[in-house]
Amino acid sequence: MSNSAAADPAPDHAGQVGPIIAAHRDRPGAMLPILHAIQRHLGWVPGAAVPLIANALNCSRAEVQGVLDFYHDFRRAPPGRHVLQLCRAESCQALGGLALEAHARAVLGLDYYQTSADGALTLEPVYCLGNCACSPAVRVDDEILGRVDQERFDALIAGLRGVGATA
Amino acid sequence: MTATQPQRVYVPGDSGALSVGADQVARSLQIEAQRCGLPIELVRNGSRGLYWLEPLVEVETPAGRMAYGPVRAQDVPDLFAAGFLSGEPHRLGHGLTALMPYLAGQERLTFARVGLTDPLSLDDYQAHGGFAGLKRAIGLEPAAIVQEVTDSGLRGRGGAAFPTGIKWATVRDAPLTPKYVVCNADEGDSGTFSDRMLMEGDPYCLIEGTTIAALAVGATQGYIYSRSEYPHAFRIMETAIARARAAGFLGPDLLGSGRSFELELRMGAGAYICGEETAMLESLEGRPGLVRFKPPLPAIAGLFGRPTVINNAMSLASVPIILAQGAAFYRDYGVGRSHGTLPFQLAGNIRHGGLVEKAFGLTLNEMLYDYGGGSASGRPIRAVQVGGPLGAYVPESQFDIPLDYEAYAKIGAMIGHGGIVVFDDTVDMARMARYAMEFCAHESCGKCTPCRIGSRRGVEVIDRIIAGQARAANLALLESLCDTMLNGSLCALGGMAPYPVQSALRHFPEDFAPS
Repeated sequence: MSNSAAADPAPDHAGQVGPIIAAHRDRPGAMLPILHAIQRHLGWVPGAAVPLIANALNCSRAEVQGVLDFYHDFRRAPPGRHVLQLCRAESCQALGGLALEAHARAVLGLDYYQTSADGALTLEPVYCLGNCACSPAVRVDDEILGRVDQERFDALIAGLRGVGATA
Repeated sequence: MTATQPQRVYVPGDSGALSVGADQVARSLQIEAQRCGLPIELVRNGSRGLYWLEPLVEVETPAGRMAYGPVRAQDVPDLFAAGFLSGEPHRLGHGLTALMPYLAGQERLTFARVGLTDPLSLDDYQAHGGFAGLKRAIGLEPAAIVQEVTDSGLRGRGGAAFPTGIKWATVRDAPLTPKYVVCNADEGDSGTFSDRMLMEGDPYCLIEGTTIAALAVGATQGYIYSRSEYPHAFRIMETAIARARAAGFLGPDLLGSGRSFELELRMGAGAYICGEETAMLESLEGRPGLVRFKPPLPAIAGLFGRPTVINNAMSLASVPIILAQGAAFYRDYGVGRSHGTLPFQLAGNIRHGGLVEKAFGLTLNEMLYDYGGGSASGRPIRAVQVGGPLGAYVPESQFDIPLDYEAYAKIGAMIGHGGIVVFDDTVDMARMARYAMEFCAHESCGKCTPCRIGSRRGVEVIDRIIAGQARAANLALLESLCDTMLNGSLCALGGMAPYPVQSALRHFPEDFAPS
């Protein structure tokens, strides 16, 4: 995943993350709740947030960066308008998940962790969505879809692109 | 029932049902009811766990709840025309829900309420026996609660199967305070979804079980650590905790007893390793999920260095009924030293995938054919992975071995969290073995070398075997590598990733031959 604090498009992120950090800093083990809250608000965690979190939690920047880098969830670059996760786990594999994965990558022209040129969506792998009795499963933002075949996938993408164009 | 009284109709709000269109069906039902002038009261229940029939719509009739499914939005006008609101027959009808063979044969203790009730209704919960266990526990000495759980024979439902009562006794006897309860709801194993179903379908059960654990060990603060892949479960759980607190089932004065227990929901961040108990503690404390050396045991020095009970969500959800019905009631289910029931989860290439809660001791054959109805593809079932991505692949010759902890250990397999993932004869077991190593490499926390490096080398060695390069030497190397990971890893991730690999090699050697 590409990452660089220098790529922060908006330097005013500090103003936005400040209140979020303040709202959570007194919780025991506040690091993950703070990172989640920032990502929920901005869609990603800008590099500018790292020293602010370190300061609030009285730890080093390296410690904050270490947490940011360790967890698959936290994004260090802005995602597309929608995040599309394909389940790669065994149950989905047993019902054609690999073929769906190949189809998705070909149709979208994207590899994992890449964002489409129109900014509509970011493709990510996921290792189980807990929807294994309705495999193959896909997640779009906070919505889980089950029994996804190529036809359903194509309809989903058309819908997302449509929504993206009018948004 | 007169025509003017709203007819109660159930449409699951479970994310599995939502994933195949339950919201559209619910909307369609409301529109059609209005159009027909037949008022309905729509209840969004949990899932009954019969996922091949989701969305499963139920109607309350004087005879009981009648089931229809799988219902698509476009089927709704037809259902109304057939008189389904009075329980009339329809091509999607299955008669009384409770009598459907898939459900009637189950022994639902932990899942007794899931699919029956409105998950967020405290009244519904209590009307179906909820909080009876907590009410009893609050009048007992901590030692008596621990004794009850010990006598029930309950063992951890997360995978390691350690006796729950013994763990609790260690925390109860530990001198430091404050003490913590951590509920492990980081259900990362592929093929498992019972934690999710419970959190979405009966969240108060988990709150009640966690609170009883706190009373038993003297903990005043608890955390439920849920994975981020379950956004829907998280929202329901969050609401349930707030409502339970507002009603005095959590907070500073539990049921007016003067005792205090606060419970907070935390979200993981997409790291499988955080399902390992010490990695989970690191994560809760705000660090990368690196596994800790043991000792000290978390029971002695756990979260923030204090005595901590860490139990799987299924273990804690089994506690309310044990307290409500007594240890003997629970203990009498099962075989050998595997007491009680396990909510098994049937997934993968299976016709009737879903949740089957049964006492230990039934066989994979019963699970796959009596409940599962064979493969979804109609082809022969060839391999079944039991117990998640670190579980062994079981061949047909072992399908008649009873599902109990000891019997499975004897064949080098494990029951784990009860996930059962089915593959038909088109599966390439060398690819599945490679995937097991790839998964381990992706999810390794990196702290110990056998897991961090071993899994990466494992992928490479399997690639060479698949390509037919120096087969004998690479097969020997893979065995040696597996042995190192098994015996040298710090935790179960590296220590068990060889299970699927070795079982694939042992039972399906032909797939590793050059094509």
